[in-house]
Amino acid sequence: MKLQEAKNILHNGLWKQNTGVVQLLGMCPLLAVSNSVVNAVSLGLATTVVMALSGASISPIRNFVPNEIRIPVYILIIAMLVTVVQYLMNAYMYSLYIVLGIFIPLIVTNCIVLARIEAFAGKNPVLPAALDGFAMGLGLTAVLAVLGGIREIFGHGTLFSGLDLALGEMAKGWVITIVPDYHGFLFAILPPGAFIGLGLLIAGKNYLTLRAEKKAKIINIHSANTRTA
Amino acid sequence: MKRLTKATLRTALNLLFFTVIGTAILAFTFNITYELIAKSEDAAKLKLISQVIPNTLYDNDLIKDTITLSASAQLGTEQDTIAYRGRLKGQPSVVVLEAVAPDGYSGKIGLIVAINYTGVISGVRVISHKETPGLGDYIDFAKNPWISQFAGASHERYPEGDWQVKKDGGQFDYMAGATITPRAVVKAVHNVLHYFEDNRAKLFAENASETKSASTQEAGKQ
Repeated sequence: MKLQEAKNILHNGLWKQNTGVVQLLGMCPLLAVSNSVVNAVSLGLATTVVMALSGASISPIRNFVPNEIRIPVYILIIAMLVTVVQYLMNAYMYSLYIVLGIFIPLIVTNCIVLARIEAFAGKNPVLPAALDGFAMGLGLTAVLAVLGGIREIFGHGTLFSGLDLALGEMAKGWVITIVPDYHGFLFAILPPGAFIGLGLLIAGKNYLTLRAEKKAKIINIHSANTRTA
Repeated sequence: MKRLTKATLRTALNLLFFTVIGTAILAFTFNITYELIAKSEDAAKLKLISQVIPNTLYDNDLIKDTITLSASAQLGTEQDTIAYRGRLKGQPSVVVLEAVAPDGYSGKIGLIVAINYTGVISGVRVISHKETPGLGDYIDFAKNPWISQFAGASHERYPEGDWQVKKDGGQFDYMAGATITPRAVVKAVHNVLHYFEDNRAKLFAENASETKSASTQEAGKQ
């Protein structure tokens, strides 16, 4: 894998083809667990692990799986990996597993996982496939983190609450209270807060992309002008 | 036809191959994690139980001393539940029961209720609920100490009519704006106390694997 290819894959996953704000795949966890940063990032990372592993394990067998049964085989492998992740989380991060428990199995049906397998891992060698899964997952995690942050600040007036669930008792003191004595804004915590927050994020991404395109155009015109002059 | 059979067989074998590998990996992972998982689950249960009974009240391995209770209208349960029994120096001292308040504002409220052998409630905690955040969720001990008012409650202290929220003429506090939720909890806890009084002997019976919820016959003897 060339460096430029790796860069492209990362850029695609994290920004250009971001699953959260561009492809808009995998909305289920996006809306359900993004009510706090810790929940959002935890599920995002679990999805990232599953995506990287499924990319890495499906790419090498892509030529041995008959085309007709590729979907069942892919789903089988994804479901197996998700269950493995679930066992490991249950064993080594029990309190976090209690919080995220019901969402972990849903990673199987998160369409972004199968979508990347079909679009990328099924056609590419192992390393790029793993990297693509990793980058796409990380892009999703980033959006989840930002959305979780927005909803947590507006809803509870805190950041990183529940960090002790992921990192143990010592993290209890790491919660940042942004607004002291805040009475909470329920709307941000309930599902509508997720929809509106996500809408704002998509708008923000579009704005940045359009601005970058405009700038590129101006530079092009500028350089064209200097050439003719 | 022969070609079709052959192709089908080959495809099926291919699928079987991946199924076997997947199952093997799952079995392996399960094997290295299940002990840890069981340990964490016991620890989590004990942590919850320790919130409702002080550990001076029992000296046995309470997680292992269980009795399976069949579904009961008084407990509000629709499935078998496990009750944990604490004993002090071999004498029955306390029991932890699971119960459900079926009539919360948005569905069922899961509770654990610990009752001393003498019929005094040692503690109550909500283990699951879907009540409105910020309004009805003060029944959750993490949000509000409201639920601790059940500690020490008994039929001796509160006769029948007192088992209501203050608004309805009872003895239990509630918060303005959300009375359906505490009403459901008070009623459920009271029902559990009745269940306990009706079934006390069965609940603490040694080696009993099951007790029937049919409690009415015993009620008269008490």
